[in-house]
Amino acid sequence: MNRPTGKIGVGIVDAIVIGAGHSGLAMSHCLTELGIEHVVLERGAVANSWRNERWDSLRLLTPNWQTRLPGLAYDGPNPDGYMTMPELIDFLDRYAGQTVAPVRTDTQVKAVWPEAGGYRVETDRGDWWGRAVVIATGANNRQSIPASASAIPSSVTQLTSHGYRNPAQLPDGGVLVVGASASGLQLAEEIHRSGRPVTLAVGEHVRLPRRYRGRDIQWWMDAVGVLDERYDQVDDLGRARRVPSPQLIGTPEQRSLDLNALSAQGVRLVGRLAGVRDGRAQFSGSLRHVCDLADLKMNRLLDRVDEWIESGGRGCAAEPPERFEITRTPARSCLGVDLANGEIRSVVWATGMRPDYGWLKVPVFDRKGMLRHDGGVVDAPGLYVLGLPFLRRRKSSFIHGAEADARDLSQHLYTYLGTVATRFRPVRMAS
Amino acid sequence: MEQQAITVNNGVNIEALLGAREALTAAPEAAQFKWRASSEWVNGTHSRSTIQKFFGLGEEQSHRNPFVYDTDHPEIFASEDHGATPVEMVLVGLSGCLGAGIATVAQNRGIQLRSVKTTLEAGMDLAGILGIDGDVRNGFDGIRVSFEIDADASEDDIRAVVAQSQKRSAVFDIITNPTDVWVEVKKSA
Repeated sequence: MNRPTGKIGVGIVDAIVIGAGHSGLAMSHCLTELGIEHVVLERGAVANSWRNERWDSLRLLTPNWQTRLPGLAYDGPNPDGYMTMPELIDFLDRYAGQTVAPVRTDTQVKAVWPEAGGYRVETDRGDWWGRAVVIATGANNRQSIPASASAIPSSVTQLTSHGYRNPAQLPDGGVLVVGASASGLQLAEEIHRSGRPVTLAVGEHVRLPRRYRGRDIQWWMDAVGVLDERYDQVDDLGRARRVPSPQLIGTPEQRSLDLNALSAQGVRLVGRLAGVRDGRAQFSGSLRHVCDLADLKMNRLLDRVDEWIESGGRGCAAEPPERFEITRTPARSCLGVDLANGEIRSVVWATGMRPDYGWLKVPVFDRKGMLRHDGGVVDAPGLYVLGLPFLRRRKSSFIHGAEADARDLSQHLYTYLGTVATRFRPVRMAS
Repeated sequence: MEQQAITVNNGVNIEALLGAREALTAAPEAAQFKWRASSEWVNGTHSRSTIQKFFGLGEEQSHRNPFVYDTDHPEIFASEDHGATPVEMVLVGLSGCLGAGIATVAQNRGIQLRSVKTTLEAGMDLAGILGIDGDVRNGFDGIRVSFEIDADASEDDIRAVVAQSQKRSAVFDIITNPTDVWVEVKKSA
C-alpha cells in the first residue's frame, strides 16, 4: 500500500478534519458512525472562532430549537430564544465531549499538500498523513475589505466586524458602518445607541422579519422547504452563494431589525460605499434600488409562506398574513461625506468575510481564489470542504445545516476510501 | 410554464445570451470590451459624434453602419439647437439601457411585454455650470425615471423585472457610481 515517504511525526489516519467548530465536530460524529479512523485538528480550542472572533452582544440568528447537530439537539428551557456566544460555546463543548471526538486542540495547521495518494498535514505539533482531508475551517476567516480602505485618511480609525467587540473600542464621534447584512445592522444599532452617530452604507441586502404570522421566520423557511433547496437545483449557484446574511438579530424580545428600525433611531442611510477620493467617501446613488430589491424579495418569500399555509401545509394554525412597511429612504440621498473634517471618526467594515486557504498547497482554486468543489467534494481526490454558504443546501452555513452536509460528504468519503483501498490492494498483495 | 416559454416573445434571443454568458464565464478575457466614440466640434456649442468601432470577444468589431449624433444647446442658451444637449444624451443612454434590460429579464422570466413607456426627468441648477455658486454641482441633482408597463404579470413581478434590469444595467451603474476619467490633450502638428 502507498505510504508517505517523508517523516510523519504524529500519526497516519484515514481522514483528517481541519477545524473543530460545529462543522468539523459534526463531520467527526459522522466519520465515527461509519467507523472511519480520523483526527480533528484545531488551532485553538473547540469552537475557536465563536470564542474569539465574535462581538460581545452577538446571539445566533437561528432559534434554539433549530440549534442541533448529529447526535445533539438543544434541550434547554427556552426553545424560542437565541444563544449567546457563551451558551453556544457550552453547547459545542458538550457536543465535543459527548461524541468523544478525537480533537487535537492548540494544533495549528501550517500546510497541506498531496503526498503518496493522500495528504500530508503539517502542523506546529508535527506532521500528520491522511488518505482524506476535510476542510472545516469555516467561511469567515478574513474580512473582505474594499481597496478604497487604503485611501481613508489616517485620522479615521478603522475596525472590522471581525475585530469588533463593543462600541468602547471606537473613538467618540461619528461612525461610518459599511455593509447592511446582519452584522452591519447589528453593529450600526449598537454603536448608534452608544452615542456615536452612525452613517450606514447600504448595498444589496436581504430583508427578513424576525417573526411572521406568529412564528420565527426560520420556522417558515424550514417548513416551506427554502432551507433544504439544493445546490444542484438553483439557477445561479454563484449568486446564491454570494447572498449576504439576512438582516436578523437574535434578542429575547424576538424583534425585527431592519433599515426602517435604524432610520427611526436616527441612523443615516446612504448608498453602497463606491469609493474614497480626496478624503471623501463616495456613496452610490442606488440606495432606493437596493431597498426595492430587498422589499420585493422579502415579499416573494412571504407570498410563498402564505401559499404554503393556504394549500394546507401541515394544517398548522397561523396568524393572518401581513405586509411590512416598504423601506423608507431619505428624500435626498447623501452621495458623499468628508472623512477629514472630523464628522466621521471611525469606519467599521461589515463587508463580509472570506475563507483563508493560504495553507492549502493543492491546486484546487479558481481564478478568484475560491475552492473548486462540487457540493463540498473538492476538485482533488479525497479532499472535502464543509460549512461554506450554500455548499450543498441553502442551510449549509447554519449550525443546523451541518448535519445533512456532513452525512452526505462522510458517505462520499467512505466510498472514496473503499475505492482507494481496492485500487491499492494488488500492490499490497504483491508486497 | 412550458407553454409560456414558447409563446412569450419580446424579441430577445435569450438562448444566445445565456450561451454567451456560459462562453464568457469560461473565457473571461473575451469578455473584455472597449466602447468608443469619436467626436468633432462643428461650431459654437454644436459637436458631432460618430459611433462605429468597438472591441470585444478578443478582436475589433464594428456596428453594421456608423451612427452619427449631433449635440448642441437650445436657443434659450443662445445656441442653434442642432441636437439634443449632452446631458439629455445621458438620459437617452439610461432609458435605452434599462429598456433593453427589461425586455431581456422579462423574456428570461417568461413575461410577455405589450408596452414599456418611460419618461425621464433630471434636475439641474445652472448655478453650477455657470460658476455662480461653488456649492452647486455641475451635474444632475437627481434623475427620476418613471415606467408605465403593460405586461402579462402581477404588479410585483413587473416591479421585480425593473429592479433586476437596474441591477444589471451598465448605465445605471455608471451614473450612480463614480468612474475614473482620464483626459489627454495634444496639440495638432
